[in-house]
Amino acid sequence: MRENLDLVKNLILEKMDDAHVEVTDLTGTFDHLGVLVVSDTFKGKMIFEQHQMIMTILTNALKDKIHAVKIKTMTKDKFQQSLS
Amino acid sequence: MSFNVLNNKNYGEAVQENNSAADINERLKNLISSADLVVFMKGTSEAPQCGFSANTCAILNSYQKSFKTFNILADETVRQGLKTYSNWPTYPQIYYKGQLLGGNDVIMEMHENGELKELLNH
Repeated sequence: MRENLDLVKNLILEKMDDAHVEVTDLTGTFDHLGVLVVSDTFKGKMIFEQHQMIMTILTNALKDKIHAVKIKTMTKDKFQQSLS
Repeated sequence: MSFNVLNNKNYGEAVQENNSAADINERLKNLISSADLVVFMKGTSEAPQCGFSANTCAILNSYQKSFKTFNILADETVRQGLKTYSNWPTYPQIYYKGQLLGGNDVIMEMHENGELKELLNH
């Protein structure tokens, strides 16, 4: 379902209000999603902790609507570097 | 997904569980600490049933260190129980010395930035 993209984006934005979030469909079925989250709340945290923050937010959605997510987390500085 | 597979030898081996009738939390504790490196995955390292699980095994095999695997498709109790126990809702889940490292994306990133090499060579 296409609305899963907005669902995931909004769930993350509700909890992380400085975040830039991009959600993409990886398989054409809207249940395997790529999730990019850019936020300075990741500063100083290990990759595992950063991913767990997102996993915790998405736990309920992952029980039925979504089967898998491919997560990429970055601070705002890292994101700027990745664009240049 | 890009990574250098140095060889295609398989270093994963299924966990042999000897107390599968025990309480679920006891089982999970035992399974998680059954080796330094344990992967809870869909299928086995020889025959993964999911692309993410296959990718995780390919990365771990590239370090040429043995690891244990547990097929969560064959055990619904562990499959559901571990999600709650670890507060991580998807598979694969990779544990190092009893601690959750994360899922396939975390392993990929740690592989690419050198953290995984540092961790496993300690």
